[in-house]
Amino acid sequence: MYLPDFDYLAPDSLQDVCNLLAEHAPDALVLSGGTDLMVSMKHGLVEPKILVSLRNLEELRNIRHEPGTGVVIGARTTHNEIMNSPILHERYLSVSEAAHSMAATQVRNTGTIGGNIANAIPSADLPPILISLGATVTLHGCEGERTLPLEGFFTGPRKSVLKQDEVITHVTIPDHPVTGSTYLKFGLRRAGALAVVGVAAAVNMEGNTVRDCRIALGAVAPVPLRAREAEAVLKDKEWTEELLEEAGQKAAAESSPISDIRGSQEYRRDMVRIFTRRALRKAITEGHV
Amino acid sequence: MQAIVDQEGVRRYLVSLTINGDPQTAMVKANTVLVNLLREEYDLTGTKKGCELGDCGSCTILLDGRPVNSCLVLALEADGSEIVTVEGLTERGELDRVQQAFLDKAAVQCGYCTPGMILSAKALLDRNPDPTEEEIREAIAGNLCRCTGYVNIVRAIKAAAGQEASTQESTGRETSGRETSGEKGKKEQVAS
Repeated sequence: MYLPDFDYLAPDSLQDVCNLLAEHAPDALVLSGGTDLMVSMKHGLVEPKILVSLRNLEELRNIRHEPGTGVVIGARTTHNEIMNSPILHERYLSVSEAAHSMAATQVRNTGTIGGNIANAIPSADLPPILISLGATVTLHGCEGERTLPLEGFFTGPRKSVLKQDEVITHVTIPDHPVTGSTYLKFGLRRAGALAVVGVAAAVNMEGNTVRDCRIALGAVAPVPLRAREAEAVLKDKEWTEELLEEAGQKAAAESSPISDIRGSQEYRRDMVRIFTRRALRKAITEGHV
Repeated sequence: MQAIVDQEGVRRYLVSLTINGDPQTAMVKANTVLVNLLREEYDLTGTKKGCELGDCGSCTILLDGRPVNSCLVLALEADGSEIVTVEGLTERGELDRVQQAFLDKAAVQCGYCTPGMILSAKALLDRNPDPTEEEIREAIAGNLCRCTGYVNIVRAIKAAAGQEASTQESTGRETSGRETSGEKGKKEQVAS
């Protein structure tokens, strides 16, 4: 396949990137890893006249822990870097595991967390676990920077609050009490599969009591979805299998999956129930974050 | 990045890469995809085009030592990188041990997936010289094969890692002994 003609710029600073995006709007698109953008361009879904590459913005490609703030993941960090990060293994292994569940090695060596979020595909694997961990996303535009909760970023399939001149710079997982978290991805294959249902759960346990609980669903709504009614089932209660089942049923009711080639609406809803139960049980009992 | 605009207004950029150990420079348009540059400009047709969407892995190359789908990388994005294609594995006419193992273990049928498979295997073994079968299968999960069913490919990678072939394989079935003709009742054990 050959791509249509376009122009290409690789600015040296974030501000230059934003200025170029503003100057050439709406014909300019950001190029990060390109694993989604290139496919969209080959399919003719988007026809940018200019690609603005982030490749020279080295400061956006790192993972660090900032004491008093939390873990900061730069937007250009690749999925394999997330998968292998010692900082994440220590603090948020579930995020590394979520990255591990994506595609295959080749795509993970190229694709980035910024792209995974910016493309706003409902079945994306990083948003649910990040949302369950209370993550924020920071955007930079011509007018400056803004930070918002990640769950507020998505507005629909392939739609978000990202403005024409804005670039995602990093995701922050604020330090907060959490005793266990996990992301369970139900796909039709063990690799190279989109999530049919994705459930992330993060809990803060005091003994057997669920002090805090966050559940985020992927692939079963137009956006990654917090299952708040499911969370309320467990809040401040001692956990039991019956409560997990009830939470699962609530989560299933909160979801709004579609039927497509990978699964029917009814099946996905039932899988939400089952995977919510499993994710909660794992986060509660296995006690690793 | 340096660009030149010709009389028709076509803009080309200077890109510098190391390909199989040799420094190369090329003038490319922005929309030149790396797999096409390698195949068309440098005649490195060992890298194949299959799905061209990053699913099949037949376009796999090593970029700075990491397997990537070259169908999804713009040539410009590879500026300054070290590229290894399957052609780059042979030194002085001798096959790399992964290549040899693929031949020895009959891991090649039509051969279309093979360059990508070999590079994924090589990247795995460079990082993890003694992988488990699980790790091998995961490393090649991004390389689809329509012919072999992957069994001999996994055997080849194990052999390249210096692992002995075992009678018990991942399918859970023991490989059975064979009765050799002319020797009544004697079963030949597969070498362990």
